[in-house]
Amino acid sequence: MEQARRTATGPGRILVAVYAIFALAATSRAGVQIGTKFHEAPLAYTLSAFAALVYVLATIALARGGLRWWRVALVSCSVELLGVLTIGTLSVIDSSAFPHATVWSVYGEGYLFIPLVLPLVGLYWLRRTSPATPPHPDAPTTPSDCP
Amino acid sequence: MVSGFALAVALCALAVALWSFTQSARNKLPDAPLLIALAAVEVLLVAQLVVGVVLLAGGERPGSMATYLAYLIGCLVVLPVGAFWALAERSRSSTAVLGIASLAIPVMVLRLNEVWSGASA
Repeated sequence: MEQARRTATGPGRILVAVYAIFALAATSRAGVQIGTKFHEAPLAYTLSAFAALVYVLATIALARGGLRWWRVALVSCSVELLGVLTIGTLSVIDSSAFPHATVWSVYGEGYLFIPLVLPLVGLYWLRRTSPATPPHPDAPTTPSDCP
Repeated sequence: MVSGFALAVALCALAVALWSFTQSARNKLPDAPLLIALAAVEVLLVAQLVVGVVLLAGGERPGSMATYLAYLIGCLVVLPVGAFWALAERSRSSTAVLGIASLAIPVMVLRLNEVWSGASA
């Protein structure tokens, strides 16, 4: 169905690309942290791995489309927003508890605050492509948003 | 010496990113000149890999070997995967996807250079 592909069409392709880059960055970072110095900060590095998992899941879900993946994407983006707000706030309040950076430390400061903006854009896009509502006039229902 | 090369690679990738975004804003699909420019950046990244491996073989060591290798190899996959994703659906958004992929390169190359100069994470 057209609707099944909606999250990955038009501007959604840009969103998937940004998510994929963050999935790559977070996965590599977590991999290096856990592979080389996990004992230094098990909590922070476990959080890094969790963040990486969320980005990977969101990337796949947004790229796949369809009702089931739309729901997975909704959960991923929500968890991501919750994660960046929680970890961001905790790392500001008590920086000594988070001496080892994760993607979400200080609301993603080390990544130009993109980790804070990305889930908001993701949730906005999911609302626009919601299977429960009729397509927005501007939402791409066919893969041709080009004149 | 290495940082001069890294800066050149970063600036080339940045130029391609700006070009992509300009083309996207002008409602253009990804065209041959843009894809050739992208391929040229990829060639520079392969050259960077070769230089990196030669320096390692020469006994020099980065601040963190694992991070260094992750960036060195990781930045090679971004443009091909980005191009694949962009060309699967040709629209003005695909052109912007190429811009996003190109924009990741200067960030990765400059981080790579930092790690080489001794940064550990």
